[in-house]
Amino acid sequence: MIAIIDYGMGNLRSVQKAVEYCKQEVIITNNVDEIKNASHIILPGVGAFKDGMNNLISLGLVDILNQEVLHQKKPFLGICLGMQLICNKSYELGETKGLGWIDAEVNKFESTMLKVPHVGWNDVHARKHSNLFAGIENGSDFYFVHSFYVDINENMVATTPYIRDFTSALEKANIFACQFHPEKSQHVGLKLLDNFLNIPSQVDA
Amino acid sequence: MLKYRIIPCVLLKDWQLVKSIQFDRFRTIGNPTATVRVYNSRDVDELIVLDIDASLNKEDINLEVIEDMAQECFMPLTIGGGIKSIEDIRAVLNAGADKIAINTKAIEDPSFINKAASVFGSQCIVVSIDIIQKMDAYCLFNKNLGDLNIEPLAFAKQCEEMGAGEILLTSINHEGMQEGYNIDLLRIFAEELNIPIIVNGGAGTPEHCAKALKSGADAVAAASIFHFTQYTPDTIKAELKLKNIPVR
Repeated sequence: MIAIIDYGMGNLRSVQKAVEYCKQEVIITNNVDEIKNASHIILPGVGAFKDGMNNLISLGLVDILNQEVLHQKKPFLGICLGMQLICNKSYELGETKGLGWIDAEVNKFESTMLKVPHVGWNDVHARKHSNLFAGIENGSDFYFVHSFYVDINENMVATTPYIRDFTSALEKANIFACQFHPEKSQHVGLKLLDNFLNIPSQVDA
Repeated sequence: MLKYRIIPCVLLKDWQLVKSIQFDRFRTIGNPTATVRVYNSRDVDELIVLDIDASLNKEDINLEVIEDMAQECFMPLTIGGGIKSIEDIRAVLNAGADKIAINTKAIEDPSFINKAASVFGSQCIVVSIDIIQKMDAYCLFNKNLGDLNIEPLAFAKQCEEMGAGEILLTSINHEGMQEGYNIDLLRIFAEELNIPIIVNGGAGTPEHCAKALKSGADAVAAASIFHFTQYTPDTIKAELKLKNIPVR
């Protein structure tokens, strides 16, 4: 059973639909027991970092996520805001601490030449091997829509050029994340999601 | 690098997808679910659906059709038409839309854009601006609100300041005519705005799309070209690639 974390930050239905397309059972939840019983965890999200963290904290989700992902080592996929939240901190509207799983920070795109937000299909270039990209041609376009980015860090596995090269996907043991929306990236997105869902888990599906 | 987008933009009326000419004379394209399924199979970059019944006829937003369409979409779906409140936006996003488009509400209350962006994020908020040309002047147009004495570019800049993520810029005079986009209007807007512009109204050939993308548009929206000519999204992209315009 795949758990998509519901912390009030939207976009759940699209992710659910994509997971169902990959022929997996899925539940949208913020219930501790349901999260404990899940084989894989997906943290999606669109919107502000501060709101995202506040919601995770007020819904009592931080401890269970730390437990299931850092200690139980369940396969975890953060998408868009979900990728940013697992970093150390974000500089959106002041400074806000993230979950701190990845040693990286989140900053705003600034440019006089290119438009912000970064909206549309852009190429994702592999920098290290990752099972996330198995069977996906290097440099494939995925769909991005964001104003903040995760800087280059030791856990990045792919980067995308926009104003600067930024981390478009990362991997650290059982923790995976992508800045783009695989559930909105057609075939390559669904393939990536499928790759993630096929990562073995200690918990029976 | 970031690719330019080709986005089918269609209207929802009486539970059917339709296309208009200069915001009049509607022609039926087909059943929403089936049409969206075809677009999805054609691997389009995004899809925009504007609900005229909700917008003009004041009917409730058709969440059922939105859900059915979203079910078929593995690319971003923007839904507009009749969105007047934060609750409306929430309902439409929960039904499966990825972005929402607002028009009338943005004109009536530009601060609503700011409220919506702070709740849902700018990236979900598209402001749809319709322009009609009267004599030598470009005028903001809205069927619900009657004659508007609002300078269009100033309004667009205000929307940007309020937190709009993108602008959908439609030239009513060009819409459905398949004679090209309003490049003059596009250039005026592109010069001043820092958020992405999706230009809409007038595409009849790939050359029209190319011209718009070289004149400041970040994306082109189109409908008639897909339904009433031999061009498909792929054939349009093939021609754009030959002109070195980066598309997916």
